[in-house]
Amino acid sequence: MTQVTMTVNGKAVSGTVEGRTLLAEFLREGLRMTGTHIGCDTSQCGACVVHVNGNAIKSCTALALDLDGASVVTIEGMANPDGSLSVIQQAFQDHHGLQCGFCTPGMVMSAAALLKENPKPTEAEVRAYLEGNICRCTGYHNIVKAIMAASGQDVSAIAAE
Amino acid sequence: MPKDHGIGASSKRREDVRFLTGRGRYTDDINLHGQTYVHFLRSDVAHGRLHKVDTSAAEAMPGVVRIFTGKDFEGVGGLPCGWQVTDRHGNPMQEPAHPVLAQGKVRHVGDPIAAVVAETAAQARNAAEAIVLDIEELPAVVDMKKALSADAPKVHDDLTSNLCYDWGFVEENKGAVDEAFARAAHVTTLELVNNRLSPNAMEPRVAVGDYNAGTDDSTLYTTSQNPHVIRLLMGAFVLGIPEHKLRVVAPDVGGGFGSKIFHYAEEAFCTFAAKQIRRPVKWTCSRSEAFITDAHGRDHVTKIELALDAENNFTALRTETYANMGAYLSTFAPSVPTWLHGTLMAGNYKTPLIYVNVKAVFTNTVPVDAYRGAGRPEATYQLERLVDKAARELGVDPVDLRRQNFVTQFPYATPVAVEYDTGDYHATMDKLLEMIDRDGFEARAAKSKADGKLRGLGINCYIEACGIAPSALVGQLGARAGLYESATVRVNATGGIVVMTGSHSHGQGHETSFAQVVADMIGVPEAQVEIVHGDTANTPMGMGTYGSRSIAVGGSAMVRATEKIINKAKKIAAHLLEASDSDIELKDGQFTVAGTDKSVAWGDVTLAAYVPHNYPLTELEPGLEETAFYDPNNFTYPAGAYACEVEIDPDTGKVRICSFAAADDFGNVINPMIVSGQVHGGLAQGIGQALLENVSYDENGQLLSASYMDYAMPRADDVPFYQVDHSCVTPCTHNPLGVKGCGEAGAIGSPPAVVNAVIDALHRGGMTHVAHIDMPLTPARVWSAMQG
Repeated sequence: MTQVTMTVNGKAVSGTVEGRTLLAEFLREGLRMTGTHIGCDTSQCGACVVHVNGNAIKSCTALALDLDGASVVTIEGMANPDGSLSVIQQAFQDHHGLQCGFCTPGMVMSAAALLKENPKPTEAEVRAYLEGNICRCTGYHNIVKAIMAASGQDVSAIAAE
Repeated sequence: MPKDHGIGASSKRREDVRFLTGRGRYTDDINLHGQTYVHFLRSDVAHGRLHKVDTSAAEAMPGVVRIFTGKDFEGVGGLPCGWQVTDRHGNPMQEPAHPVLAQGKVRHVGDPIAAVVAETAAQARNAAEAIVLDIEELPAVVDMKKALSADAPKVHDDLTSNLCYDWGFVEENKGAVDEAFARAAHVTTLELVNNRLSPNAMEPRVAVGDYNAGTDDSTLYTTSQNPHVIRLLMGAFVLGIPEHKLRVVAPDVGGGFGSKIFHYAEEAFCTFAAKQIRRPVKWTCSRSEAFITDAHGRDHVTKIELALDAENNFTALRTETYANMGAYLSTFAPSVPTWLHGTLMAGNYKTPLIYVNVKAVFTNTVPVDAYRGAGRPEATYQLERLVDKAARELGVDPVDLRRQNFVTQFPYATPVAVEYDTGDYHATMDKLLEMIDRDGFEARAAKSKADGKLRGLGINCYIEACGIAPSALVGQLGARAGLYESATVRVNATGGIVVMTGSHSHGQGHETSFAQVVADMIGVPEAQVEIVHGDTANTPMGMGTYGSRSIAVGGSAMVRATEKIINKAKKIAAHLLEASDSDIELKDGQFTVAGTDKSVAWGDVTLAAYVPHNYPLTELEPGLEETAFYDPNNFTYPAGAYACEVEIDPDTGKVRICSFAAADDFGNVINPMIVSGQVHGGLAQGIGQALLENVSYDENGQLLSASYMDYAMPRADDVPFYQVDHSCVTPCTHNPLGVKGCGEAGAIGSPPAVVNAVIDALHRGGMTHVAHIDMPLTPARVWSAMQG
């Protein structure tokens, strides 16, 4: 077991990990931050996406040990400082971009990364970017719509609620 | 003007805040003091005789607490089946034992053999690798028709064959149906496969068992759609724990789609083992494990025939289906190809004579049970593909052929034992055609052609049956459960309302939509109503959520309980206002004496109920809390019309969905936003079935599609924005809200639209030899079909 120290959502944290401990496991089991979800074991589903040093990664693909000193942002760190929903989170609620909520943390983290690199993505760009995030509930319609709305685009012409 | 609150409003979902901020509480987020972790050692062969399970080396591994094998469960009940089907000769189905851990034989890849309980999950996994198995591999049966041959290996040695049942429906009609075929002017025949699917809720299953030795109470936290059903099945049939000593909690659950209805071995194991070792036992399923343990769906092989007279009226329908049960009978498996499938074979049509034959077959594969739609997608797919083929053979418009045969008079008693209470199939078809600009299709097809693509349009109808009931009827059909729903409405002294429902929300948004109903009935803000679900300790006995039943059955129970509340509150108000309770009106949270300006507010009445100083105590009990159980007197019958436009790349066979439109009649709608979301999700699952998804076994029973690298889940770029509409409303005639249910429609109605569109594109492209392609319509399958 080895000690690792990192910054998670702006706070210094540390814990002991095995060499094989994944970042997702360290967050969930080590820090009891259960907002990050694990939906598969082949790095396909994207429920575990977090930001590490400003980049979106699947936290099931990173070893906690490798991230000593890293700055990590998880879904628990995405709300506004006053606790209100951020623009992206609010858009997901406004446009019903979630149902069971299990894929949602990863979706929000991926959406934030997308809008950082592409502030006004087209529908096709949103869909292509979400290739690594699987949702079984929404059929993606309202997720894509929510992300486009969060980017400030008018989504009123997109069908239905 | 859309409503901004109450019934009919697109109220934003209150549950979203916790999910969007990482504060959901799913079963895997629960960690109990002193908990241990279990890892199941599972069979990696599809069929084998289990000679020895040597755990001695594993027991000495670091962190191991105890290792369990089938021997530990010899005196324990097996997993029960909740539905007994009677075959066409009047005999009960063959019903094999289903042990918690394998005893004597393993029957599918994934069958649990041993369970290692250790201090950490990693230690449990490590120790499982040190268990030495002596398994004599036996030939496996995977293909259903081969499984029924006389010399096929038997999945269960103590059964007479691999045939679970041979069901005929309605058996008495068989002769008349055959005669109608003999007289037919035209017969259309289609053989097809309804592909096996894996439900794949994004949250893998989890179970945490806990035991309190001080009180002899057991608690199970589990990813379930119906915690009371699990409590009853596990308590009464597996472990022998009475309900008052067993609590089942299904907290936030990350999707179900049917797969979390059933009682699974891991739930019984964790509850059992926690008592044995006097410590909590936690199991978290990996996705790889989910593919070989979560019940699969569909997997029907069908021959269907339609008889028509010279005027193209449907005169008879005849089907023969082989339905895969897998290696054991999952909780509701026998009902899916029978009572949830045969009863829907009339579809939207007034076909007078129908005969459905289903042979359910055991194979060395994962058990198959209900998956979103459960039987109804299988019925709809075969019927709507068949009608499309008939139209093509007869050279008539597929919409016209459907319209000509629509049921138009309601109530309508079908020849397959159900009575549609209401509907308007022309209305949803009209709406659909308005949505899709059918007249503009030729121009769009010409544009596709200019781009080197083949464009096709597929249209179909569907009918669905939700809220399966009444209990007395389903009991006669073999259900070993009631199918009512319950609600307790508790009004607090200061006017806040808590509804404890037996339904369960795992994505459907009940916490929002159920609150809308009660708030509307009483006339208080929605925020004043809280919905509690998912814990047998604080909700009345309910049957849970599946089969699109929650609002139709659970919502009705809640309405009945709220009506009782209002009746009592009016009596209290009458006392306070010194009036007769028959003169009291409730509007916007205010009780008024009719025709006067005398009134008291909701909060005055609720306070009086709990501080009964000025109160008719001799006539009325204090307090304001009521419970209702609601047992519907019929199913509800949502219906609609769907259309899909596709473009095929002729060089690769790749199908692209250009547009998808759904016109549904769900009866009255509580929250249009949530209803649209339910349809969207169903459409993606139906499109996934039609184009992408397939559970594939090799002939030895090895699962080839056991991860997201091999099982093609629909992703964001596989689907378009959908057009959905639910403005066609024929309210259900027999429940208080006039609601029908919307959860499964999308998955039921969409596969035939996609396949019809692909066949249409190929025919328009001159490939008239392609009568059918089995799902999923992968590029390879489409391209191969195009080559002839």
